[in-house]
Amino acid sequence: MKKISLIILSLFGGLLLYASSSLPNRGDPTAPAHRDRSMVGSQGAAAYYIQHAERDAATPNMVTVVLADYRSFDTLGETMVVFTAGLVCYLILRRSP
Amino acid sequence: MTTSSENPILITAARLLAPFIQVFALYVIFHGHYSPGGGFQGGAMLAASVLLLRLSLGTKTAQLNFKRVWGTPLGSIGAMIFAGTGLLTLFFGGRFLEYHFLPIPDLSRGELHSTGILFVEIGVGLAVMATLVAIYDDIVEGTSED
Repeated sequence: MKKISLIILSLFGGLLLYASSSLPNRGDPTAPAHRDRSMVGSQGAAAYYIQHAERDAATPNMVTVVLADYRSFDTLGETMVVFTAGLVCYLILRRSP
Repeated sequence: MTTSSENPILITAARLLAPFIQVFALYVIFHGHYSPGGGFQGGAMLAASVLLLRLSLGTKTAQLNFKRVWGTPLGSIGAMIFAGTGLLTLFFGGRFLEYHFLPIPDLSRGELHSTGILFVEIGVGLAVMATLVAIYDDIVEGTSED
């Protein structure tokens, strides 16, 4: 059983290594993720953020703009997850207030 | 774990380090517009400074720095600052978290977005810091109270 899982794991690792050899280079502007238009002709998200982030929010750090402005609803959810973890620890573990 | 170690080297080092960690954490939160960082990272560093004092001085002495009962309320205040920013823009005619509807006069659209991001980062930092400290306090609560 151990031998079988070892063989499966090494096969899967080889598959991943083989697939990673044909990934686009880091920062390649012609990569599919950085296209201006997607295959069906809609606006590409990454290119839009890079072109508009500084002008839209007067903030040079584009990661902050994406995190707290374009994707702020997602960040709200993350904060609520952290806060819910704290609340659950409070409810389960604390005996005195 | 709740009693002081009474090791002078440990206590002095922790008391010297904690304020600098806190100042750098505030820098990380408020400079997140221009450099790597933001609410989550700065909040984790603030919590690290508070927990450093908790671990070195003992929980009882460290109450002077950050009281145990503050943890959960401050966390909810941080989460409310975030959600409140969104609700404020909702009340002033925009959609949820559409920052250029914030009711601050004499600011351009981009500057309003920048201010909204700052509010959100402060809320996230407060929530993360208080929640991490509260989880630590909940876990050590039952251990050897004297």
